[in-house]
Amino acid sequence: MWSVDLFANAIVAGLLLGGFYAAVSIGLAIAFGQLDIVNIAHPAFVIVGSYTAYIINRHFGLDPVLIGILFTPVFFLVGAAIYRVYYVAFERTGQESLSGLAFFFGLMFIIEVLLIMAYGVDYRLVSAGYIGRTINIGFVGIPFRMLVPFAVAAALTVGVYLYLSRTFTGRAILAVAQDRLALQLMGADPVKIKQFAFGLAIATTAIAGSLLIIIGPVEPSVGRQYIGRVFAIVVLGGMGSIPGMAIAALILGVVETLVGTFMGPSWSPAVSFGVLLLTLALRPSGLFGRK
Amino acid sequence: MLKRRSFVRASLASGVIALAAASGSLLSFTAQAAQPIKIGFSMALTGGLAGAGKAALIAMELWRDDVNKKGGLLGRPVEFVYYDDATNPATVPGIYTKLLSVDKVDLVVSSYGTNEIAPAMPIVMRNKLVFPSLFGLAVNDEFHYDRYFQIMPAGPEPKLDWSRGFFELAAEQKPKPQTVAIVAADAEFPLAAAAGARKNAQAKGFKIVYDKTYPPSTTDYTPIVRAIQATNPDIVFVASYPPDSVGMVKAAHEVGLKAKMFGGGMVGLQFAAIQKNLGPLLDNIVNYDFWAPEPTLNFPGVNEFLKRYQEAAKGKGVDPLGHYLPPYAYAYLQVLEQSVDAVKSFDQAKLAAYMHRTTFKTVVGDVKFGKNGEWAKSRVLMVQFRDVQPDNLEQFAGPGKRIVVYPKEWKSGDVVYPYKK
Repeated sequence: MWSVDLFANAIVAGLLLGGFYAAVSIGLAIAFGQLDIVNIAHPAFVIVGSYTAYIINRHFGLDPVLIGILFTPVFFLVGAAIYRVYYVAFERTGQESLSGLAFFFGLMFIIEVLLIMAYGVDYRLVSAGYIGRTINIGFVGIPFRMLVPFAVAAALTVGVYLYLSRTFTGRAILAVAQDRLALQLMGADPVKIKQFAFGLAIATTAIAGSLLIIIGPVEPSVGRQYIGRVFAIVVLGGMGSIPGMAIAALILGVVETLVGTFMGPSWSPAVSFGVLLLTLALRPSGLFGRK
Repeated sequence: MLKRRSFVRASLASGVIALAAASGSLLSFTAQAAQPIKIGFSMALTGGLAGAGKAALIAMELWRDDVNKKGGLLGRPVEFVYYDDATNPATVPGIYTKLLSVDKVDLVVSSYGTNEIAPAMPIVMRNKLVFPSLFGLAVNDEFHYDRYFQIMPAGPEPKLDWSRGFFELAAEQKPKPQTVAIVAADAEFPLAAAAGARKNAQAKGFKIVYDKTYPPSTTDYTPIVRAIQATNPDIVFVASYPPDSVGMVKAAHEVGLKAKMFGGGMVGLQFAAIQKNLGPLLDNIVNYDFWAPEPTLNFPGVNEFLKRYQEAAKGKGVDPLGHYLPPYAYAYLQVLEQSVDAVKSFDQAKLAAYMHRTTFKTVVGDVKFGKNGEWAKSRVLMVQFRDVQPDNLEQFAGPGKRIVVYPKEWKSGDVVYPYKK
């Protein structure tokens, strides 16, 4: 069954898929990787992003990606507010490890139930001119349904990376991840920085959600499928490294499609998580993690 | 004199006692008449199968209201006691235990779907209850329970009957296709459907060139379709759940799948929202179904029922047309109703015996159960999508879009072959 065109198509499809995984994981790389907040509800926020895209797309016909971008400030504010609650209730009293996890677990269920109550449980999809179209370059076929999410994800990843590495606030976020006390001594308020960073993490889910609903149908509990995958990507990438996360996402995407094409798709999760285990055995801090 | 006075006193006393006894029994009879019949069940109201579960509940409530309007079951009003199983099989045994031991329900029926029905079976069997069930694939193959009655028309050999039509249609085409690809989700129903498809394909002399499963959490289906395409199959049988069905259809279109027949066991293509979104991508796909608004399937009461369902479903976020599951969710309670009315009791043995020997008249047509509690004769339809317009929900409400191409008895048109010219 092996052929060059099948192999090339699998690599391209894997890169496109990996790009989408990066968009879903980037917020968690900030929240979990840099801020140490085990936001297990992250995929649930992605689903809220999908529903936002669905509702606006249905009523006003706007492009899902545009909706995702337009709604990032709203998601940012929601994220900042959630962090404030999390900080006051758990982090300030040092109970964030277990109680905080339970908080986000509960939040995930609340989001799901609210979505069910508001919009029911039917599968939701969006329409856009490019969905269903394919561009062929030689023998490689690239569906726009995957290409658009990849392009947006790439822009998002580069944007977040540049923001974190080049701006004052971005550097402060990296600093709070490394040494909270040192940041405080410099005169910056670590709580405010973390609040801003968590807002940023949730803001990315508005875009990631719009990309998810471009790829396929969404219902309120579909986010659960991504919990394991996004945490694996963040850990594989090296806890908080944006380039590491992006490369880990691409590796997982390519491994998944190669295995799916040549060995059988049911092997994909086992091989993907095998890669994760192997990498962690050789490099316990992940691909780009600091030792 | 003394004796006479005692006799009068005794007579009076016994009269009072008799009157009291009579009024007492009258009181208790009145109390019993007013006491509702409780029907207990679990239902997937959240989680992956909630779309179907909620739609089923709407249909079941329509039945309950209809029965209560007619005076209830044996003169007692019907009341539902149900809990959300969250599409989680692990919750089901606890729910049925509570229904029987705490809520003290009089009758039980099943939740929706194979994975939610099977975990209830041991409890229902221990209590020797009649168990009308809703869309379980071959659940009783493992349990052999003689009080199990399954309403989905999968037939006496559910695993085989599910895909029999697809392969019989394929075998009838000229020139006869030679090779087949089978792809299924790693979940109970699709795996069972794929196992049946394998046997049907072999029985019809097809060569299986691709036979693989995929995890339900798959995001992109194009690599799978490409791998299938690389084996160059004449026909492709897919056993999938709604999100994967959408992914498969889109991927088949994007990759330009060259198979001559495509479809088979895709759950989801029966749902209006998905039909609307996929639009013309559905054209010529041959897939299983249980009802379509075709003239050959105009059973008494079905259209009136659907009209009421569609009204009740508005704004509830469930399938707005309700062709797939709701008529059957109404019918499995009609079976229970007709049985109770006929045997005039809730005696489970009598009810089961009646259900085994009777042909029921329901909104999904005549229903006759076989020995294993499945339909005595399969009525799994193969429908083919035709001339589907983009972004138009209303088109699916009427005939002409899902042509019944199998079996001959219910056929409303001939199959278009090959699938892509």
